[in-house]
Amino acid sequence: MYGKGIWEGLKVTLKHFIMSYVDDFRFGKKRYYNEEGIKHRSSAQTEGIFTVQYPEEKLITPEEFRFIPFLIYEEGEDGTQQDRCTSCGICAKVCPPQCIWIVQTNDPETGRPIPEPQEFFIDVDICMNCGLCAEYCPFDAIKMDHDFELSVYNRHENNIFNKARLDKPVSYYANIRPRNYEAEEAIRREKEAKKAARRSG
Amino acid sequence: MTDQTLEVTDQILARFPDFVVADTRKSFEGYIVQVENLIEFATALRDEMGYDYLSSVTGVDYLPNEQMEVVYHAYRSTGGGALVFKVQVPRDNPVVPSLVSLYPGADFQEREAWDLLGIRFEGHPNLKRILMWEGFAGHPLRKDWREAYYEEDGKPFGSRWPGGQVYRVEDKNPFGKNVDYPAGFAPETWIPEAEAAVYAGVGKVEHPNGDGLDTEEIVVNLGPQHPSTHGVFRVVVRLDGETITALEPVMGYLHRNHEKIGERNTYLMNFPFTDRLDYLSSMSNNWGYAMAVEKLMGKKANPPERAEYIRVIMAELTRICNHLWAIGFLLNDLGAFFTPSLYAIKERELILDLFEATAGSRMMCNYFRFGGVVRDFPPGVLDEIKKLVYDRLPRKINELDVYLTNNEIVRSRCEDVGVLTPEDAIAYSACGPVLRASGVPYDVRRADPYGIYERFDFDVAVRYHGDVYDRYLIRLDEIRESLKILQQAVKDIPEGDIIAGRPAYQVRVPEGEAYGRVEGPKGELGFYVVSNGKPQPWRYHIRAPSFINLTAMEKMCLGQKVADVVVVLGSIDIVLGETDR
Repeated sequence: MYGKGIWEGLKVTLKHFIMSYVDDFRFGKKRYYNEEGIKHRSSAQTEGIFTVQYPEEKLITPEEFRFIPFLIYEEGEDGTQQDRCTSCGICAKVCPPQCIWIVQTNDPETGRPIPEPQEFFIDVDICMNCGLCAEYCPFDAIKMDHDFELSVYNRHENNIFNKARLDKPVSYYANIRPRNYEAEEAIRREKEAKKAARRSG
Repeated sequence: MTDQTLEVTDQILARFPDFVVADTRKSFEGYIVQVENLIEFATALRDEMGYDYLSSVTGVDYLPNEQMEVVYHAYRSTGGGALVFKVQVPRDNPVVPSLVSLYPGADFQEREAWDLLGIRFEGHPNLKRILMWEGFAGHPLRKDWREAYYEEDGKPFGSRWPGGQVYRVEDKNPFGKNVDYPAGFAPETWIPEAEAAVYAGVGKVEHPNGDGLDTEEIVVNLGPQHPSTHGVFRVVVRLDGETITALEPVMGYLHRNHEKIGERNTYLMNFPFTDRLDYLSSMSNNWGYAMAVEKLMGKKANPPERAEYIRVIMAELTRICNHLWAIGFLLNDLGAFFTPSLYAIKERELILDLFEATAGSRMMCNYFRFGGVVRDFPPGVLDEIKKLVYDRLPRKINELDVYLTNNEIVRSRCEDVGVLTPEDAIAYSACGPVLRASGVPYDVRRADPYGIYERFDFDVAVRYHGDVYDRYLIRLDEIRESLKILQQAVKDIPEGDIIAGRPAYQVRVPEGEAYGRVEGPKGELGFYVVSNGKPQPWRYHIRAPSFINLTAMEKMCLGQKVADVVVVLGSIDIVLGETDR
């Protein structure tokens, strides 16, 4: 019968329409504007509405999500900031679009480089968010951020990030990437324990 | 396969003792053919030895030897390894006979080699620039050609570290000063020759049935700004009434000379750039590139077992994503405004969530490394994949099938439209779903297996009509086969390492050449890499399936109505990031 195929198809759209209400009903709780609801709406069980009302609602970013690097500093108890970066330059060497510029600090007396950056620039217009810098940094000093809302009115004035703009405390990192942070800390503790054992033994 | 290759070697060298020699450079393969005898050689290859599928044609500029080399990769459409042959010509006057008459699939690729390397193909019916425009000075892939933003021959650039002097490229090289014109070229008064040739067809012609009506053929531009060209892509068609009498795809609007960038980059840096070729299926692109370089690196870059499984899982999920997208947007092209595509995209979205959780990005995954992958699945991801491949996706694919396949409008718009015969499909070097929908069961995963595909039980989907409808159906079939592979892979995946050796940002790639090809969602995706032992590849070429599948587009469209161009294009499934590179 001509038109049967179209009718079968329309039944599918009708089912989608009805299921979006049934799914709300089945969930039992408020399914919008809360984290639990968003999670359910983007899970494999969902039948109903997928969309998220940005910016009122935001998708939950997974831990590995990467966007624009930042630099980590350790906070001392007295409020001092200690950069993890030693300006070794591996991130600048590995960066595919070459958007990282590092100025090494030189000792004013001897003229020899000392392991901390004097300046650190990232041109975020050029950065392609590949994450290679964070992947190959031997000091866990540069990591990829989760903050993706970076629109500005004037990119020429705002979009070359300097060190002050890039610096973030280690607690921020521990907050956005708890699993990675824990793993790295565990390795560090192990290394230190070994070192201590060697020294005493 | 080795026996077969040996046999062929003896056969070829015995058959052509005068003008064919084996390529004896270290880690190079294939034969070097005298340029005068290329046609004779290729004819024998095609007609006597069954190498009927010319996969890739490209050039290499060997500047230190003052030589240009054209590299051909031919295959048997029944399966097996490559037969590589090369011709060498002097660099100051590179002229090579064109193989278009033997292998029509060489058409666009020879034009590309002319455009980017300046190798002239004698006898080519339409040898003009394809990716660059006519007012462009020079041939950019030549090693002595320098771009406007030139800094150094290879990255990393010295100005970045240790005394980083930050600057903005557009300040150094402002708009208007970043273009060179050929000598004597005036952009203001220039009338494009190529355009003139296209439009020369416009004119009064006698109507064939001689009824005295004053009719003429007209030329219509579809694109470059057209929602159904899936990007910035132009199709020039000549019409008799509504019937297409000639068609020419015009591309290059998104050209960024990916290959030149690739030759400035170090090996590792190319991974994120390959993501941006076919930006719907970055995982497959990563794999093709990783494979080519791993071939050069040899045994130490063999991925561990778990990494092999992860690669298969990711590549097959990518295939599902891509085919869902292709089906959805084919329906959009047919005029079913966004309901089918949104149903398809919904499922794709769930897969992208898993990519994001694992690789860190939804589309620009940058997930493969030489000898493995970046990181293991985070906790919970594998379970989510299981839920998808065992339960949700099979259900949803069936739903899509019910929804669309028997729809009378879809059938009447798609059946017997844009037919490509199997002979033509092979001759035009069509690949992927386009080739298999024409009744040629050729799938690199089976024809020339890579990774661990030999372990999985799956069928090569094939359909026999070669029309748009079959190209739609075969994508559904392939999703089902991919699900079959995935179900086996997630069940069998072992624990273990995910990368061979320690991750290193500097990789040593020994001298030599390698061609890695994978069955990407759009077809055979090949990476041809030549290394001279430096940190950057000497030559980095991509055999892009979307680009080469367009060669057959005129064949599919001739005699069809103009409204079908959009549908045929949708059924080829191109991505401009890859077509234009």
